[in-house]
Amino acid sequence: MQLIECPWCGPREEVEFHYGGQAHVPYPDNPAEVSDEEWAHYVFFRDNTKGRFAERWNHTAGCRRWFNAIRDTATYRFERVYRLDGPKPVTP
Amino acid sequence: MTSTFRATDGGRIDRSATVDFTFDGQVYTGHPGDTLASALLAAGRHQIATSIKLGRPRGIAAAWAEDPGGLVQIEEPFPEPMLLATTVELHEGLAAHGLPGQGRLAEVPDSARYDAVHHHVDVLVVGAGPAGLAAALTAARAGARVALVDEQSEAGGSLLGGTDRLDDAPALEWVTAAVAELAGHPDVLHLQRTTAFGSYDDGFVLALERRTDHLGTAAPKHISRQRVWRLRARSIVVATGAHERPVVFADNDRPGIMLAGAARTFLHHYGVLPGREAVVFTTNDSAYDAALDLHRAGVRVQAVVDARPEGSPRRREECERAGIRVLPGAVVTGTRGVERVTHALVAPFADGDVGAGSAIACDLLLVSGGWNPAVHLFSQARGRLRYDEALGAFLPGEELDGLSVTGAAAGVFDLAGCLADGRRVARAALTAQTIDPAGVDRLPTAPEPVVPTAPLVLWRVPDTSGAEGSTSFVDLQRDATVADIARAVGAGLRSIEHIKRYTTIGTAHDQGKTSGVLTSGITAELLGIPVQATGTTTFRPPYTPVAFAALAGRDRGRLFDPERVTSLHDWHVAAGAVFEDVGQWKRPRYYPRPGEDMEAAVLRECAAARTGVGILDGSTLGKIDVQGPDAAVLLDRLYTNMMSSLKVGSVRYGVMCGVDGMVIDDGTVLRLAEDRFLVLTTTGGAAKILDWMEEWAQTEWPDLRVHCTSVTEQWNTFPVVGPRSRDVIGAVFPQVDVSNEAFPFMAWRDTTLDGVPVRLARISFSGELAFEVYVSPWYGVAVWQRLLEAGHRYGITPYGTETMHVLRAEKGYPIIGQDTDGTVTPQDLGMEWAISKKKADFVGKRSFARRANQDPLRKQLVGLLPVDRRTVLPEGSQIVELHADGQLPPPPVPMLGHVTSSYRSAELARPFALALVKGGRSRIGDTVHVPVNGTLVPVEVTGSVLVDPEGARRDG
Ligand SMILES: [Zn+2]
Repeated sequence: MQLIECPWCGPREEVEFHYGGQAHVPYPDNPAEVSDEEWAHYVFFRDNTKGRFAERWNHTAGCRRWFNAIRDTATYRFERVYRLDGPKPVTP
Repeated sequence: MTSTFRATDGGRIDRSATVDFTFDGQVYTGHPGDTLASALLAAGRHQIATSIKLGRPRGIAAAWAEDPGGLVQIEEPFPEPMLLATTVELHEGLAAHGLPGQGRLAEVPDSARYDAVHHHVDVLVVGAGPAGLAAALTAARAGARVALVDEQSEAGGSLLGGTDRLDDAPALEWVTAAVAELAGHPDVLHLQRTTAFGSYDDGFVLALERRTDHLGTAAPKHISRQRVWRLRARSIVVATGAHERPVVFADNDRPGIMLAGAARTFLHHYGVLPGREAVVFTTNDSAYDAALDLHRAGVRVQAVVDARPEGSPRRREECERAGIRVLPGAVVTGTRGVERVTHALVAPFADGDVGAGSAIACDLLLVSGGWNPAVHLFSQARGRLRYDEALGAFLPGEELDGLSVTGAAAGVFDLAGCLADGRRVARAALTAQTIDPAGVDRLPTAPEPVVPTAPLVLWRVPDTSGAEGSTSFVDLQRDATVADIARAVGAGLRSIEHIKRYTTIGTAHDQGKTSGVLTSGITAELLGIPVQATGTTTFRPPYTPVAFAALAGRDRGRLFDPERVTSLHDWHVAAGAVFEDVGQWKRPRYYPRPGEDMEAAVLRECAAARTGVGILDGSTLGKIDVQGPDAAVLLDRLYTNMMSSLKVGSVRYGVMCGVDGMVIDDGTVLRLAEDRFLVLTTTGGAAKILDWMEEWAQTEWPDLRVHCTSVTEQWNTFPVVGPRSRDVIGAVFPQVDVSNEAFPFMAWRDTTLDGVPVRLARISFSGELAFEVYVSPWYGVAVWQRLLEAGHRYGITPYGTETMHVLRAEKGYPIIGQDTDGTVTPQDLGMEWAISKKKADFVGKRSFARRANQDPLRKQLVGLLPVDRRTVLPEGSQIVELHADGQLPPPPVPMLGHVTSSYRSAELARPFALALVKGGRSRIGDTVHVPVNGTLVPVEVTGSVLVDPEGARRDG
């Protein structure tokens, strides 16, 4: 069982967290003006990266805050966690 | 039986006391400190069972968890299958019998307790042998939080089975002092009888502590029998020792054939002579210790057969001084005997060729092919292994963060080296954690190690018996042989993982502790490739078997999942309610009167609510308090309809959709203040909807000043339903004007009852005049009783979820998750009226415009009335349409949809159903068919509202 670093609480057991899918997929500013295809991409399409992936996580059984993480989907290692108001970290 | 094979002295058994036990129906006597295996060996019994496939006699072949032969079923004190005689501690009244690889679970419930404890440390040391003790002492002396776990009944590890000396005294005196010193450190947790069976990410280790097994029937009931320790360590020191490896030869599976080190352990640890006449077959120096120690204890050692061309000159000299014959450049090619080995067949061996042999009589054949470091925990933590050519074994091949391996597990086999290496890795762990390793850390002085003669790596002796490897056993538990590996390789298999699965080697109880590396070696030999290229199969937890009862711990029976009950629960029980599970909640389903079945009770309850008055415990309804200046903005964005226009004091029904435009929940919303709403969700959706609201508020609209919190358990909710509900509410809450003008439908009012705050809301989930009563659970029973008393004259009838469902279905109110399945839009439900035309956007709105959402053939919610007025359609039934000629279309018959809810209606005096049907609303009036038990039942498609479609009843 992994430890996941919550930006507010520190390292906690992974069972306290819920996965929230790919990060940085913002709700369109004006959904009425996007095409069906663009809307479908927002609703249904996500990357399926092997390796470093920017993801959303929620500390559900803790502070209930959402945060972002850079995680390696092949090794499961969390390389960075960052708050929602922070920019996506540049990773080497 | 008497212990004729008990050594005259020595061993860590209590010879002043005896223990009677039963094996295979025969009574034996042992001593406290014995294992079942050592006590049986002391009685001269080697054979435990016959093998699973071939029925060959099998006996005790090792002294601890690596034994592939000694599987037993415990009968007393409690039935338990598949334990090893070598790890079962003897206790009075133990009854067991041997197992041919398959056991039998108890047929009575296990009344023992099992539990779990979480523990966090700086340094976890696994194994209390010399290296582990040195590591634990070093860490403890530096003031670190330490856990030391060891699987045996006492600390010492390999020292328990030998004659080592430290500081010119028996090494076990140092062990005793070390254990006492550790006990003096307040931050040291030292657990014996505790097996670390799995290592996982980030320093997480699971260990099983056997707390009372060794006490038998004397085990106190209040102490858990076994405990799973969930250990989280900054650094893990793996000091798990090594397992001796056999050499494979023909008929190498007979009782009386044993690992050499095991025989030495039985002698020194348990005071047992495993035989009277021994032959020792070895490829390395370590087995000479067994030969010499057994000789001194009175065993006649017929010969030491050393496969190395020159043997070990120094050890040979020792043997010859003791009068033991050494045969260098020789191997054991086979054995004789049936239930016990009687002869070892010994032959010259040079350059891989076996010469002509002779038979040496013996009742004990000891074997040593070298030592396999116990790298299981390292490998489980995804550490890579490397093959060591000289040792013929796999060693840790890399450094892992937070996990180090020491002692024999790391290939260090001398005592002085183990002590020094244990201290070294502990210091490194402390330094990595910036704990100052300085302090007293004197370790005892071990004798200068003697450099052994290099071992020979020999996996198998060429089979000269004519059996072509078919009696040369690699995995005794699986009856798998060299011939099986050859067959796998011959079939074209190359991967060791495939060979494991083809031959089943390593898949039994012992998970290949003695057979795994042999299989790699023999496979490499057959393929003509290096052993490193073959590698090992993946090491997976658990290291030794763990009972499901222990893993379940206290999470079983009623404690498996939390049971949530409302404050009315005891009242419901006393009223004879039949309960159903709704999520974790226990909810009354109906309240049968004497002689009533569910159908009769529900018809009665429904009639009461439609004609008089009924009352429901709706307290499980999800309730979310939404507060903040932007509360209305958040709700406008999440509900399909407008919530910001709702007036304080009013209630509005709302629907929530996902971004895909599909309905995820529905419920009513009470506006409590300009900046405060009470959101009601379905019972099952409560947690999910709170998550949903928080997710949007935090991730998309962090600028909104709004907070959400669950208040589900802070309010009891009692819908009082039916034409007489106004009379009941008016009588209980006289300060409230309950007239339709003063208290209209979809309004709420606060009041008090004897000073207790109560909220009333005119919400109806039945179509009838209804009032929901909200009160703190502390006063729930009292208010419920008042309502019952006031309703007595009107025949107030408590009703359960089944009646609630019938009443709502008669009105066409869907249950999200029953009448919908995540592919249903508000439009499909006929709820265009609940979709705001004014709001520029809300979650789900954009998806309504997608082409698929405009399809007139989408499945829509409709009512179904079976034409026979008799059949209750099973929920989930498919709906089909017949051709004009009354025939079914040819298969595959197109499915129009399915039945989502189906009940018998008191009001309609006939069964009815709700269904999702393709283009359903355009089919109203049509007859379609539902297959029920092989018959096509004609049903009429109707609108979804079957009772009071005009809504005339809601105001009473
Ligand atoms: Zn947190």
